[in-house]
Amino acid sequence: MRHSKPTADEIQALIDGQMHLEGPLLPILHALQEAYDHVPEAALGMIAETLNLTKAEVHGVMSFYHDFRKAPAGRHVVKICRAEACQSMGANALSDAVLEKLGIGWGGTTSDGLVTVEAVYCLGLCACAPAAMVDDRLIARADAARLEKALEGAA
Amino acid sequence: MKDFIIPWDDRDMGTPAKAGKPVHLTIDGIEVTVPAGTSVMRAAMEAGIKVPKLCATDSVEAFGSCRLCVVEIEGRRGTPASCTTPVHAGMVVHTQSSKVKKIRRGVMELYVSDHPLDCLTCAANGDCELQDMAGMVGLRDVRYTPGDNHFDPSGTGARSQSEARLRMPEGEANPLYMPKDQSNPYFTYDPSKCIVCSRCVRACEEVQGTFALTIEGRGFDSRVSAGAAGDDFLASDCVSCGACVQACPTATLQEKSVAELGTPDREVVTTCAYCGVGCSFKAELNGDQLVRMTPWKHGKANRGHSCVKGRFAYGYAEHPDRILNPMIRDSIDMPWREVSWSEALAFAAGRMQAIREKHGRKSLGVITSSRCTNEETYLVQKLTRAVFMNNNTDTCARVCHSPTGYGLGQTFGTSAGTQDFDSVEQVDVALVIGANPTDGHPVFASRLKKRLRQGAKLIVIDPRRIDMVKSAHIEAAHHLPLTPGTNVAVVTALAHVIATEGLYDEAFIRERCDWDEFQAFVEFVSDKRHAPESTALLTGVNAQELRAAARLYAKGGNAAIYYGLGVTEHSQGSTTVMALANLAMMTGNIGREGVGVNPLRGQNNVQGSCDMGSFPHELPGYRHVKLPEVRKVFEDAWGVTIDPEPGLRIPNMLDAAVEGTFKGLYCQGEDILQSDPDTRHVAAGLAAMECVIVHDLFLNETANYAHVFLPGSSFLEKNGTFTNAERRINRVRKVMAPKNGYEDWEVTQMLANAMGAGWAYTHPEQIMAEIAATTPSFANVTYDLLDEKGSVQWPCNGEHPEGTPLMHVDGFVRGKGRFIVTEYVATAERSGPRFPLLLTTGRILSQYNVGAQTRRTANSVWHEQDMLEIHPHDAENRGLKNGDWVKLASRSGETTLVATITDRVSPGVVYTTFHHPDTQANVVTTDYSDWATNCPEYKVTAVQVSPSNGPSDWQEDYAAQAERSRRILPAAE
Repeated sequence: MRHSKPTADEIQALIDGQMHLEGPLLPILHALQEAYDHVPEAALGMIAETLNLTKAEVHGVMSFYHDFRKAPAGRHVVKICRAEACQSMGANALSDAVLEKLGIGWGGTTSDGLVTVEAVYCLGLCACAPAAMVDDRLIARADAARLEKALEGAA
Repeated sequence: MKDFIIPWDDRDMGTPAKAGKPVHLTIDGIEVTVPAGTSVMRAAMEAGIKVPKLCATDSVEAFGSCRLCVVEIEGRRGTPASCTTPVHAGMVVHTQSSKVKKIRRGVMELYVSDHPLDCLTCAANGDCELQDMAGMVGLRDVRYTPGDNHFDPSGTGARSQSEARLRMPEGEANPLYMPKDQSNPYFTYDPSKCIVCSRCVRACEEVQGTFALTIEGRGFDSRVSAGAAGDDFLASDCVSCGACVQACPTATLQEKSVAELGTPDREVVTTCAYCGVGCSFKAELNGDQLVRMTPWKHGKANRGHSCVKGRFAYGYAEHPDRILNPMIRDSIDMPWREVSWSEALAFAAGRMQAIREKHGRKSLGVITSSRCTNEETYLVQKLTRAVFMNNNTDTCARVCHSPTGYGLGQTFGTSAGTQDFDSVEQVDVALVIGANPTDGHPVFASRLKKRLRQGAKLIVIDPRRIDMVKSAHIEAAHHLPLTPGTNVAVVTALAHVIATEGLYDEAFIRERCDWDEFQAFVEFVSDKRHAPESTALLTGVNAQELRAAARLYAKGGNAAIYYGLGVTEHSQGSTTVMALANLAMMTGNIGREGVGVNPLRGQNNVQGSCDMGSFPHELPGYRHVKLPEVRKVFEDAWGVTIDPEPGLRIPNMLDAAVEGTFKGLYCQGEDILQSDPDTRHVAAGLAAMECVIVHDLFLNETANYAHVFLPGSSFLEKNGTFTNAERRINRVRKVMAPKNGYEDWEVTQMLANAMGAGWAYTHPEQIMAEIAATTPSFANVTYDLLDEKGSVQWPCNGEHPEGTPLMHVDGFVRGKGRFIVTEYVATAERSGPRFPLLLTTGRILSQYNVGAQTRRTANSVWHEQDMLEIHPHDAENRGLKNGDWVKLASRSGETTLVATITDRVSPGVVYTTFHHPDTQANVVTTDYSDWATNCPEYKVTAVQVSPSNGPSDWQEDYAAQAERSRRILPAAE
């Protein structure tokens, strides 16, 4: 479910839904990210108020985890591994090619809102490097063609 | 005479002190014994061995992130961090092995790879732990530059900001560069110098308890952030207490004054002149130029913490408004004439003597100040008793804590708080009533919040939802939002619950109080009319909530009461104080750590000014002037005969002035026109006098009606002592020569001598010696003792040679604790159809009292005018929006100010502060006052609020009159 503009009541309902948990901050952030594909800025103050934290603390936690987004990503998210094993197997050339083709930089989203490309540091597939991920799907021995195919498949 | 002392051991011990059984260990071949729980780092410091460190400092718990303090421990693998490793019996530690030295150098190299190398031009040059550590670990090269960094705006790999500016290319620049945040008026945040040690974040959390800071991002991106993304320091929750600046090891968080003036080279320990917490500070100077004030870690009231006022708001002493020359005028409609000291004193003495001859000795009087030192206050009351020959002395404590004096004197036998501030560390249940500690007593609030985060419970009784009720990581167990003016009914209802539910401590009462008297008290409070269900309609407090609060207070462990002016400034102020004393006695919460009844004093020396005999009926040490044996002590010391009749209180002086029998007043360091209730009446009284001598730093509002102005000295310019809310006598040390030429005690002495007194004090130490010789509770106090101990709490005498941290330990000062029946009598000030709302008043963090000091500092950034808080419901009924000008009218008068709409106040209640003379909130307050002490009822005024276009006629007339009366003619050559 994707909402362009979540209302305060909707956000509060998601927050309250996690309050039975011990240490509910991360589950709340996950729930919001899941619901809106990002954590709306308006939610920070509401989370802080509900958990009796400061906005600074919520911001500190949220900004530590790159997957909690301030704004929704493109429809598909491509993550290309930049850790040592993948770099040694040509990940840099792969990412250069992908980024050039899409005409964006790291963390950027194509102008049609279709694809966001992000760096990731190790997907645990070093033996089959270079590795990448399209949405939730892992891709071993990645190259531009396989990524493109995976993207088409996801569409 | 010792004006300056060398501070005690101020070394940073790395981690906080612990209290445990002794543990023996060996560090670098040196045997050391420390309490269990102590870190290896601190143990090493105790042995005189410094382990290099960056993220550790002894004001916060160890964190273990910088990896610089690694050591080797025999029998253990690896290189543990010494800050997070507790000592163990028989441990053998090596802090300087070649292995750890190599690690440290490597770690330092990484730190410095993202840090500018502009040490010589850095504001923290010479006061930087990163610099010190680089030296200590022997860093000789950094192999990582150039690379990604946050300090080089040019993006060219420059290693200092000045070099980067030289190389700054056109158009392109380093996208990672982070500019300084200069939004706070007192310090800057320079992220490019941050080493992400988290000391500031932890200080904000652990020491101050505001949680305004965090580390945002992670890895190379991580930096300190005030508030959320997009906030700067000023926009964040930051309260500018300075704890982060104090904790920062580099120039990242740096006082602007140090950047401007250079690092200080000398330090003098002294005492803050703002609120009654009485924090100890180090005044750090270059020559006689004050560079900064930093909280002194050995200060027993503040334990190394501070607030925005004491830490930063000292600039008023250099404000251009400050008057440095004496001035006189024949009548108050004339402009001031600057004259020499001798001319001003001769003029003042001449007028006062003429008044005395014409109208008799009782036509003169003095008002002492709770902001001046004990010694100065003592001299001012001595002036009226020994020179004017009457007891017409009163003090601003009349308008704040006089009911405390009366109430605690009646019940316990002494007019003072029962605990020291350290006692809060043992509190299990804190009852805060009529006080707003986060704004009024911020350093105490931080200590209380720390205890609450450790699990202590809190009960707040206040008409407003103050920050203590709910803020980050703390929440009151019960908030009783009572209708202003119903304190006695609420506290008596608490006693009713404790009595009728059998929650009282019978053993304590039988041993320490009069059991029969208690029976009578129980009979009184058990009456159904005191039940919370009966009083709920009157007080607006939910009966179940009140019952729960009473049970918690009585049975929750160590229960301590902290109260402020919301208790005292009522027509039944003294009654509420006694009711609180009853609560403490009936539950046995007196006489040990963690309990007690604690008035939070508004000003730095309220306690001291009361102790020093400022009241018209009491000689120093709270001894009634009618007692011949007490008078004899002072008559022998002063060589005069003291009038056995009590003198006039402030309101009586003003009444008498209007009637024409009181004609001359010497008012030191006090602005009665702004701070006392019913401004019009005060103005009429002052205008009727023939000689008003104002002795102050500024031409305050009272000075508009003065004939003589004697310039005062700031707390930085004089020697003396202040006594804080915990009866602690702290030294005030002169750090610079008085800009006006004389310390305030010298001015009083010159005035006395101009009237023929023949006093010959050469140092306040001699005045203290006279106080000690005449006042039993101060018998052992000497400046030498204060220098040796840092501070002492009275009573300090033969029985308690080093002072008394806790009162009433084995018995009450008066013998048996006395229960007093506290019948609620509603104030005559009631809301009605014409004035349907109740106004209550208070303080805000950044401003202090009438604002004479803080308004003349950058603190006004946070609070540039007084605002009227009004509930959305009441605002809607009146068609008011946030930020509208409103007229605030009462039976006494009216004023205008700006409304702020908030549900912090209940419907029917409005709230404002009294820091700004333009608002003159006291035009509105009435002249109702406490039945026992005349303490004015500031906290309840029936008012009406309506839309307005701007300042009222009174405000405009007043402003014009003030302007006229402040004219100063140039000095005649």
